[in-house]
Amino acid sequence: MLPQIQLVIPELVLLCLASIALVLDTYSTSKNKVLTFRFVQISLLIVIALIFVVSPDTQEYAFNNHFISDPMSVVLKLVICIISLVVFFYSYEYLKEHENVKGEYFVLGLFAVLGMMIMSSAASLLTIYLGLELLSLSLYSMIAMHKDSLTASEAAMKYFVLGALASGMLLYGISMLYGVTGVLDLQGISSFANAGVDADMNIMLVFGLVFIVVGIAFKLGAVPFHMWVPDIYEGSPTAVTLFISTAPKIAAFAMTIRLLSDGLQDLLSDWQGMLIILSLLSMAVGNIIAISQTNIKRMLAYSTIAHVGFFLLGIISGTASGYAGSMFYIIVYAIMSMGSFGMIIFLGKKGYEADQLDDFKGLAKRSPWYAFIMLILMFSMAGIPPLIGFWAKWFVIKEVVAMGYVWLAAVAVVFSVIGAFYYLRIIKLMYFDEPDEMLAIKASRELRLVLSVNGMVILILGFIPGALMALCLSALS
Amino acid sequence: MITLGQVLILAAILFCISVAGIFINRKNVIILLMCIELMLLSVNMNFIAFSHFLHDMAGQIFVFFILTVAAAESAIGLAILVVLFRNRNTINVEELGTLKG
Repeated sequence: MLPQIQLVIPELVLLCLASIALVLDTYSTSKNKVLTFRFVQISLLIVIALIFVVSPDTQEYAFNNHFISDPMSVVLKLVICIISLVVFFYSYEYLKEHENVKGEYFVLGLFAVLGMMIMSSAASLLTIYLGLELLSLSLYSMIAMHKDSLTASEAAMKYFVLGALASGMLLYGISMLYGVTGVLDLQGISSFANAGVDADMNIMLVFGLVFIVVGIAFKLGAVPFHMWVPDIYEGSPTAVTLFISTAPKIAAFAMTIRLLSDGLQDLLSDWQGMLIILSLLSMAVGNIIAISQTNIKRMLAYSTIAHVGFFLLGIISGTASGYAGSMFYIIVYAIMSMGSFGMIIFLGKKGYEADQLDDFKGLAKRSPWYAFIMLILMFSMAGIPPLIGFWAKWFVIKEVVAMGYVWLAAVAVVFSVIGAFYYLRIIKLMYFDEPDEMLAIKASRELRLVLSVNGMVILILGFIPGALMALCLSALS
Repeated sequence: MITLGQVLILAAILFCISVAGIFINRKNVIILLMCIELMLLSVNMNFIAFSHFLHDMAGQIFVFFILTVAAAESAIGLAILVVLFRNRNTINVEELGTLKG
């Protein structure tokens, strides 16, 4: 057996299972593709178990320093797999309700998960690029899968062009880094930058760094590279929006840490300034434009942009505890976003998407319990204690203050107050407005259960934020 | 003798042309796909130049990967284009305005 191959066993097994799922789906005649769906769920469970079994506790490299397995990659992979498991469940319920179940959704989803796992474990520029492309290419085709939808095909085209542009920018930056350092692995780049470089070399490095930051900002959806986010969120089928807004964000966090911290930590003073601008603009634009939206998917898109601004605060601090704060934020964000889109799926029914704010009118009268779940989700997103969203904001702002950027923390707090407005508006619509019509909510028992658990997780985590934070800290120390 | 600087400038010019093409072009989605391809090729040029002048093979290997990914990418791009054309009977960039962005 090749040395160190056990480190990549989860990825290899996932690749095999995804290929089997593809074949299985072609021959499966089961109603609603239930066979493919079950197979994909089981595959993810197998991969989660394998990650537990094979992952070392320490940092280990494989394939000539192209692949790394460290505590961070293990935690991120587990979170990505668990979130994808729930996301696929929600998506299946959505696709079944709209009588548009396609097995390819789940197969492409598995390949996207594989791409995200590779991104989490990338230790060289090449693996980062390949993982990113595997993820992006799967997402483009997932959006375009609803062939007859005008908006979905337009959203797919826009995402494709802007995503390819972002990859191009990132690649150009990567080529510059390679040119200056002469190596592709992040360890080598890090030791090169650490050894001290002369002025000419430094200019080249920073030139490459600018393109890399632009590429990362595109993928995260930070202002001014956010144009695609609202269109894609609104145009895609809700099942796909749900997927895009959760697990890939965690992979984008992994990419950011790998490039900026593992590779270019010595250029901290250079990228810090760029990220401060991105973060400030994202918080401002995201929170302010979200107020004027009437479509809840579009509103959540702008809310994502605002959350990315907060998430960047932790990265800006440039310390391990700051990165842990960001990791905490992005995981919490993924859980909250999953619940919110799950709620849209829950309220929708065949031929009708509950994607307008007015669809939430009087939800408390139609279903008090699910109105309460939505209340938890929205309070958490707004950052109201004691919910988990509050702790996420608390940890990143604490780190920024510790680094001496008190003004940045103050601005962040002001924007989070502005942001609270549009979350509270949904709560007002649910509790104080009359429903247009008293439709009974038609959703399966499983969906009700999973959505309730999702809401409760946010409520319970809010009381024990220390456990999740300790996990993030141990992952990054 | 061609120097590293000259190749890098050529690659930079190609890169700028492709980015300008993506933003200026308002007529045809296929031209967007061509611009994306040009962008990846300009990066390839960078890699090959660096690889040659650094006497390091890794850059050329990277180019193989980029070429492979670019092929997959244009396949998916063209497939999306076909879906788009079926739905709208046009591939004019300006008419892609159902979503507000």
